Amino acid sequence: MNLDFDIKNNILIVSVNGEIDHHTSEEIRGEIEDKFYRMNAKNLIFDFSKTSFMDSSGIGMIIGRYKYVKNFGGKVCVARVNEKFDRIFKMSGLYKIINGYETIDEAIDGILGVVK
Amino acid sequence: MKYDNEMKVCFDAKSVNESFARITVSAFIMQLDPTLSDISDIKTSVSEAVTNAIIHGYDNEKGMVELFCAYDKDTVYIEISDKGKGIDNIEQAMTPLYTTKLEEERSGMGFTVMETFMDTVLVESEVGVGTKIIMTKKIENASLK
Repeated sequence: MNLDFDIKNNILIVSVNGEIDHHTSEEIRGEIEDKFYRMNAKNLIFDFSKTSFMDSSGIGMIIGRYKYVKNFGGKVCVARVNEKFDRIFKMSGLYKIINGYETIDEAIDGILGVVK
Repeated sequence: MKYDNEMKVCFDAKSVNESFARITVSAFIMQLDPTLSDISDIKTSVSEAVTNAIIHGYDNEKGMVELFCAYDKDTVYIEISDKGKGIDNIEQAMTPLYTTKLEEERSGMGFTVMETFMDTVLVESEVGVGTKIIMTKKIENASLK
């Protein structure tokens, strides 16, 4: 598992390459919070297009980051979610608090509140 | 012999072994020629059960997790057992979003995921003795090579 980071405006975009389970979740959490702080980000987008596996530990990890970012008045959303992960997200009610988008551009617009 | 093929492995209750367990099961069931979707469902369920054994059964302390996997014609059987603290109230533990480990960012969705992705999920547990999770899934159009 490794993470790729990109920042646009004040939005930190994290792409998770590899597997998300209980073991890797703790690593992901630490790396994101470190980058978020150092890059002075306010919002966070998860890009799951390169994620090969996710179990329910991923949901806990996303909700944990949602709470973290909310403390700074920012927003979190998920993008490029495959059918399998979408099923787990729906099952857990994740979309009640976090929006999902097909593309990164749409996710950025969603966070910035751009109406199209 | 009860099954066409079976295997058993024991490993330390360490989080790094969660991926070992799911990869082992997916390699073993390859003989049935499962679809990518079947493999994904089974891997996710194994990961949930092993994670439960590590964080709940053993409270992240030392212990051994046993994984048994077998198939009989087109049905896969998986048993994941620990000799940890056991579950006091199984019904409550299986309730969606119920968790005793909110501070560790647990979502409380483990059993719900297993029940959704597998055909049957049975939990046997005794406080102070341990927990065994028994899951089955039929592989459609399985072809034994």
